[in-house]
Amino acid sequence: MRIVVTVKFVPDLQSTRSFTDGTVTRTADDGTMNELDENAVEAALQLREALPEGEAEVYAVTVGGPDAVAAVRKALQLGVDHAVHVSDEAIAGSDVFGTARVLAAAVRQIEKDGPVDLVITGMAALDALTSMVPTALAADLDVAQLTLASSLTVADGVATIERHMPDAHETVTAKLPALVSVTDEANKPRYPNFKLIMAARTKPVATWSLADIGVDPASVGALASRTTVIDALPQPPRENRVLVTDKGDGGTQLAQFLIERGLV
Amino acid sequence: MTDTIVAVLVEHRGNEIAQPTFEALTLARSIGSPVAVWMGEEPPADAVTALGEYGAAEVRVLAIGERARHPKTASVVLAAATGDAALVLVVSTFLNKELATHLALATGAGVVVDASGAALVDGRIVAQQTVFAAAWNVRTRVNADRAIVAVRPNTTQATPADTAGAAEVVGVLVALPELRETIVTVTPVTREEGVPLSEAAVVVAGGRGTSGDYTLVRELAGVLGGAVGASRDATDEGWISHEHMVGQTGVTVTPVLYVACGISGAVHHRGGMQASGTIVAVNIDPDAPIFEIADFGVVGDLHDVLPQAIEALKAHREV
Repeated sequence: MRIVVTVKFVPDLQSTRSFTDGTVTRTADDGTMNELDENAVEAALQLREALPEGEAEVYAVTVGGPDAVAAVRKALQLGVDHAVHVSDEAIAGSDVFGTARVLAAAVRQIEKDGPVDLVITGMAALDALTSMVPTALAADLDVAQLTLASSLTVADGVATIERHMPDAHETVTAKLPALVSVTDEANKPRYPNFKLIMAARTKPVATWSLADIGVDPASVGALASRTTVIDALPQPPRENRVLVTDKGDGGTQLAQFLIERGLV
Repeated sequence: MTDTIVAVLVEHRGNEIAQPTFEALTLARSIGSPVAVWMGEEPPADAVTALGEYGAAEVRVLAIGERARHPKTASVVLAAATGDAALVLVVSTFLNKELATHLALATGAGVVVDASGAALVDGRIVAQQTVFAAAWNVRTRVNADRAIVAVRPNTTQATPADTAGAAEVVGVLVALPELRETIVTVTPVTREEGVPLSEAAVVVAGGRGTSGDYTLVRELAGVLGGAVGASRDATDEGWISHEHMVGQTGVTVTPVLYVACGISGAVHHRGGMQASGTIVAVNIDPDAPIFEIADFGVVGDLHDVLPQAIEALKAHREV
């Protein structure tokens, strides 16, 4: 079984996240692999480990500028077998459809060495949070999509997931090849151990340009984007904030605040 | 000049229309002429009337039953039913984000999700969003001729139209696509009484500070007419079901009032509630990050503060 995991380089949640010229500021200093992608990597590793040694391979793929290599490096530290970094100036400013196009082309490039059975993604990237790329990628690859999986099993060429929607819990199945997006309920991601960190240093990262994977630069990037950020402004801080310490009347003060604000 | 048709996908649980639908219809009226699209079983007459009251000229019915649960199917029928619409508005849910993606792939439309509003500016749809845990306001222009905007609940005040729409029921017949995925089982989640968390105007949430006892949180929610939320800590502990989790990977809420009880305010949690109107927090730790975004904070034990607040609010009610 061959599994591709898509990982994204995003600003660290604990850092001050901002915009520069309408796009998310991404720098190596405070960037990291999207936390929810750790669940995707973990899901892939667990499937690999459930099979006899050598029967499964896991690829991590990221798309982004030079700094984005940190995302696949992290995936290598967690234990994936191969890492691919698609980087090309023409990709900058892509919308979800452009990003999905590039990822799909990378998956097809990997398929030149043998079929890919499963693509696993996180449920969302914790920067833009659109959750749209998994769906767009499945459509571009023309494979089944099993999204928002809180559990994933694969047996006899069929993937089965459970998904917790607000109104119902569903069990959904599809024949491979398929794309699965996993939630943070799906598993508990492992930490990289010293041995894997050392091993990851010497593992190669394949760097591909758009030309390498047969994507027309005009079909992606800012000019092909169906949406354009016209402005991004920091939210003004909340004003007139009040913090009281309960000295026996904290509850009354709280109620008074709600009443004065007309919130009751 | 031809009028801009704005299609609004009706969110409904069975025969009951969810409030964000009326918010979306109100928003649609500020942009053009709304038509409602109803997917699932046939709508009851009172639902059609209600959609008309909020301005729907037509109610386009896609009687595809349970197949509406499948985003690809839903997108195919929705594409057929909204070919004349410059803008399709849906309520921002995980399922609708998938639907919007498929619809965009089918129609070439540009998509903005988790929007707090939209307007027509120089012939293009411009949508607003708050991102990065509501620290930034972003405006995005849709460059394509067609736009899909997924709107968050509680971001537009729903008001009936001055003149009701005709709400003419129009059946739309579409061949359903072959599916690769099979929904094997659907187990309905028992709904708590009251408004669903994602749509509630008031949310009272409890975290680690509750030690697993939600009695006071529920009581305060009851007094305020709100829904009960929880932090990741609390759902991980199994104190309350996952459906209650407010946060970036749980439910994103934008209520008029959010009351955080015994919640420290980790970044994941704040990302799911920071765009709320007024934020009130009760926490025993004066350094809890939740206080950084609270309009009113009480440093104290929720077991002391909440009962007193509940009594004071009840007394206020009776006046």
